[in-house]
Parts: sequence; structure tokens; C-alpha cells
Amino acid sequence: MGFSQLKRPALVVGKYAAIVFYLVFALFPLYWLVKIAVTPDRLIYTDGTRLWPSEFTLSNFVAVLFQTDFLSYFSNSLIVSLGTAALTTLFAAGAGYAFSRFDFGGKKLIIAIMLITQMFPLLMIIAPIYKIIAGLGLLNSLTSLIIVYTAFNIPFATFLMQSFFDGIPKDLEEAAMMDGCSRFEALRKVILPLTLPGLGATLGFVFTAAWSELLFALMLISKNDTMTFPVGLLTFVSKFSVDWGQMMAAGVLALIPSCLFFIFIQRYLVQGLTSGAVKG
Amino acid sequence: MARIELKNIAKSYGTVEVLRNIDLDIQDGEFVVLVGPSGCGKSTLLRMIAGLEPITSGAFEIDGKRMNDVRPRDRDIAMVFQSYALYPHMDVARNMGFSMEIRRDAAEMRKSRVAEAGKTLGLSKLLRRLPKELSGGQRQRVAMGRAIIRDPRAFLFDEPLSNLDAALRVEMRLEIARLHQKLKATMIYVTHDQVEALTLADRIVVLDSGDIQQVGSPLDLYERPANKFVAQFIGSPTMNVVPVSAASGGVILADGTFLALPHLDDTGLAVELGIRPEHIDVVDPDADALAAVADVVEHLGSDTNIYALVEGLGPIMVRVHGNIPAKPGDRLGLRIQAPNAHVFSADGRTLQRDMTGAA
Ligand SMILES: Nc1ncnc2c1ncn2[C@@H]1O[C@H](COP(=O)(O)OP(=O)(O)OP(=O)(O)O)[C@@H](O)[C@H]1O
Ligand SMILES: [Mg+2]
Repeated sequence: MGFSQLKRPALVVGKYAAIVFYLVFALFPLYWLVKIAVTPDRLIYTDGTRLWPSEFTLSNFVAVLFQTDFLSYFSNSLIVSLGTAALTTLFAAGAGYAFSRFDFGGKKLIIAIMLITQMFPLLMIIAPIYKIIAGLGLLNSLTSLIIVYTAFNIPFATFLMQSFFDGIPKDLEEAAMMDGCSRFEALRKVILPLTLPGLGATLGFVFTAAWSELLFALMLISKNDTMTFPVGLLTFVSKFSVDWGQMMAAGVLALIPSCLFFIFIQRYLVQGLTSGAVKG
Repeated sequence: MARIELKNIAKSYGTVEVLRNIDLDIQDGEFVVLVGPSGCGKSTLLRMIAGLEPITSGAFEIDGKRMNDVRPRDRDIAMVFQSYALYPHMDVARNMGFSMEIRRDAAEMRKSRVAEAGKTLGLSKLLRRLPKELSGGQRQRVAMGRAIIRDPRAFLFDEPLSNLDAALRVEMRLEIARLHQKLKATMIYVTHDQVEALTLADRIVVLDSGDIQQVGSPLDLYERPANKFVAQFIGSPTMNVVPVSAASGGVILADGTFLALPHLDDTGLAVELGIRPEHIDVVDPDADALAAVADVVEHLGSDTNIYALVEGLGPIMVRVHGNIPAKPGDRLGLRIQAPNAHVFSADGRTLQRDMTGAA
């Protein structure tokens, strides 16, 4: 493969052109978000489609941080997302390990049921979920969101973790057991360190999903002090008669934790951690 | 150091029986090699001894103590995996010292044992490397180092050399032989490669589809195979087998030649004759011998392999010591060394032969 690449510069150029095109396409909305956020309110319409505003301002950010409930939404979202990510990953790692390594009665049935849960459109089960949460007296609590998000993310996260465990040769655990480990010690000392990329990916995936979830948050939370960020963002529409500048500034700020999170876990996402374990 | 006994061991996966009636008594310090075709159950047997696979029935004993349900960690047996199974996130030193780390041996002692094993295996300069920074042969050595460091009661090897190239394989084979001489530990070794089996083993166990076919020293198996399977499995190139009919005092080949076999007690049940390629002499084409034409000739320097077509008999392979000037198409006379011939009954058993007559 490397051979044909060397021989065909046109192909290389084409490849990069495709990547650049894709990046521009994917990142443009983000760019626009940032652009509006730093545009003074009065220029939003007059500037039209200029690529960079004629006047630069950070006042939107200041306003969002100090004149709205943004910080409260933000910390609520952080609690919910981190809680969900941690809980889900814990369960998914346990279940994924069991699916990957053990044969037990009903394994296929459980997998089938987990798949089925992923097939329903969320809208269908909104009402029953509301009933259950209300019955538990958990409406307007962050706990309710953590529970619901965790429940909904576990199946996919489990399959994800299972595939990471499947990628670790069974020989390694067996070697550890021959070396004197119990199964749990083998898991902790040999398998877990090798699963860090998988844990990182799962944490990141679940965190992002919880961070941007709107439907359940909208339905289960109606009090301002427990609103998560996506719900809070909607308040910009009514309260300030669509305050575009502040809304976009809030959006930009909301991106920060996701970015930080991925920067933090990206070193665990680097592939090839298991290379050298077996022959090849 | 350990004596390992397998008493009537069987293994099934669900309803599929993969091993049955395995009886084996392995002496302390013995080097036993398990050979057999792919899928015959060699790895399964080894893994049952290791404790990685439950034993379906029978008794497994080490030094007279039943160990069927003892966990791997409490069996005190080391295993070298075909895939090496090195811990990728640990450097060579930690890989080798891992068992001592788990046992919480003193760090001082661990260090000196690792250094010692590293020296034995020529790994001293690589102790800080990760497995992915090693060549295949070096990884193999680390896997061996991990096994020898803990001074276990017995060693298990599952095709440890099969991922190495030919030259390295010979080198590591010698290394393993040396290791066995030095440690005098009980070793059980699984391989496909009969050169490994014949050179390393005190005793070879030949398995086929879940049954032990024969247990014996390498020479035993070569000279006195118990049945046609063992006869054809051991020895390279493979033994020729041709159909015959029984006659008094010998057998009659398909082309009508009578072959006297005075060293056999009874050839009454003979249906096939086995003769190793090295036990056929090439003689003058006009002599009183099987008339053949050379089809393919391989000159190996030390030996010459001739794939010959024998009139009325079919293809026969002959191995002649030294270099002979045969070419494809040449007419040859072939003479079977009767004392080295084996005859098999219809069910594949070797017919009783008089031991004193063996070559
Ligand atoms: N988990 C399992 N479930 C069902 N059958 C199995 C399982 N593991 C192995 N077998 C079967 O048991 C038989 C013996 O397998 P084993 O791995 O011991 O063979 P082997 O002699 O080591 O072969 P090879 O030389 O190819 O390594 C095979 O026929 C295999 O299909
Ligand atoms: Mg095997």
C-alpha cells in the first residue's frame, strides 16, 4: 500500500484534498458558533455572512457567565455527565468482561435483550419513564438523569467494552494465572492496564452523550436550579428573545469540557498498547 | 521436581469427546513430548495439566496427590505459551519477575533471579525493553525466562518454537535441551515437529484423535511402531506403505514378488507392508529386485531422495545415503531390507516382530 502511495502523488493530493474538504465541512458550523459569539449583538444582522466580524467583543461571554444561570446549568451538566460516565463505564466494564470471557446460561438471551433496548425510539418510552421517576419521587433531581442515562447507555457501552476485552488475548490472563495470580488479580494487574484505551473511549463516549442529551432532561427537569446545560440553553430563547450572541457564547463554553475530556483521555486512546504481547 | 500421573483422564466439550483413556506416568525429571496431528488434543491435555481446563473425568496426580480441582496458581507448574503471552505493558525484567512479584518475594531476591535468568538466556542487555521492542526469538527467550525464574515443579511447553524461523528453531531447541540438563525438571512439551520430538524427548507420546497411540522412547517409536499410524507419523520422510497378501514365512507384494520375513512370528494377518525410505537399497536394474523408474530425484548432499515408480506396485520413496548419480527416467532395481520391514493387519496394528531381529 505504501508503495502505490509513493508512486502516485496525485493520489496523495487527492487524499488530502478529501480530508481538508471533510474538515471544512464538519468544522464550519463550529467556526460560525465562535464567530457569532465574538460578534457584538448590534452587528449580527448587519455583518451578514462576513467571515470575521468587523468588531470583536468578549462581552457575550461576560454576560453569560455573570448575568445568567449558565454556571449553575454548567455544573449540573458536569455532575450528571461525570456521574453517568463513571457509573456506566463501571457496569459496562464488568458486563463486557463477563461476555468476553465466560460462557454462562442465558448469555445469548441477555445480549439479545440488550440489543432490543437499543431499537426503540426514545419517544415511545418517555411517558413510562416519567411515570417511574415521578413514582420514585425523583423528578427535578440530577439523580434521576444519572439513572436514566446510565440505563440507556449501558448496552452500547457494554458491547464497546466487550470488543476491547475480546481484543486482549486470553493467553495473557492464563499466563498471569500460571504465574500465580487469581483471576481477579490477573484482571487487575494484566487486563485492566491494557483496557485503559477502551475505558477511555467508553468514558468519552458516554460523557458526550450525557452532556448533550436534551429530551429526558427537558421532561424530567422543570426547576431552574437543577436544569442541565442543553435545557438551560433553551431559556436563552424565551428570556432574552433569542439572544444569539449569548447563546453562542454559552455554546462555546459548553464545548470546553468535552474538549478537555478528550484531551485528557486521548493518550489512552492511542492504539497498539497490546502489540508485542503475542508473536506477530 | 515432580512425578506427574494421569489416570484414565478424559475430556469432553459438551457431548464432544476430545480425549479419552489417557494413562500416563511421567517420572520426576523426565522430558516427555506429546505429538500428533492438528486437533488431536495435545493442547487440551497440556492445559488440563496446567489447570486452565477442567478435567472431565479421571485422576490427575502430582507426587501422588490428587490435583484435579487445584487452581493453576497452586499447582506450581510453569507454562510457555505458543504465543509467548508476554505482558505488553511490562518490561522484560518485570515480565520475568512477575511470578515473584505476585508471590511477594523480596525485591532483592527478585532482582538477582531476574539478572541470573537474563544472563542464562542472553537477555541481560534487554531487561528494560518492552516486548514490542524485541524480535521473535528474544520474546521466546523472555517467555522461557518467565518460566524458569520461579523454579517450578514442572514445565509445560505448547509448541514454543513454532513461530520461529528454521535456524532460530534449531538454536532454541538446543537451548531447551541444555535447560533440561541443567534444571533436571519434569518437562512436558507439545510439538508438531518430529525432529523436536525425536531430539528432545526421553519419551514420546503419540496422540491421534483423542487416544494415545503409543508411548515410548524415540528409538522405540522409530523401530517398533505399535501401529500404522505411529509408523507413518514418526520418521521423515514418511514410511512407504504398500498392500500385500499374507503367505507363509513372509508376504507377497502386489507385483507377485515374495518377500521372506523370517524375523516375524506370524504374518498370517498381514495386509500391508511398511518400509522406511532409508531401508530400501538401490541395486542394478537387471539384478533380481523390484524394477522401478526414477520419477523425481532430490540431491540433498548428504542424502539422495528418489521418488520411484515400481512396476505393479506404485510410487515408492527411497532415501540413499550419499550422492548417487540418478536422474529422472533412470531404471533402478530396488531391494527392501527385509529385517527392517513392518507389516500391518487390516485394523492397522503392527504384527508381532521378534525384537532381536530389529535393526
Ligand atoms: N472450547 C472448545 N469447545 C469445543 N471443542 C474444542 C474446544 N477447544 C478445543 N476443542 C476441540 O478439541 C480438539 C483438540 O483441540 P486441541 O487444541 O487440544 O488440539 P491440538 O492437538 O493442540 O491441535 P494443534 O496441533 O492444531 O494445536 C479439537 O478437535 C478442537 O476442535
Ligand atoms: Mg495446540
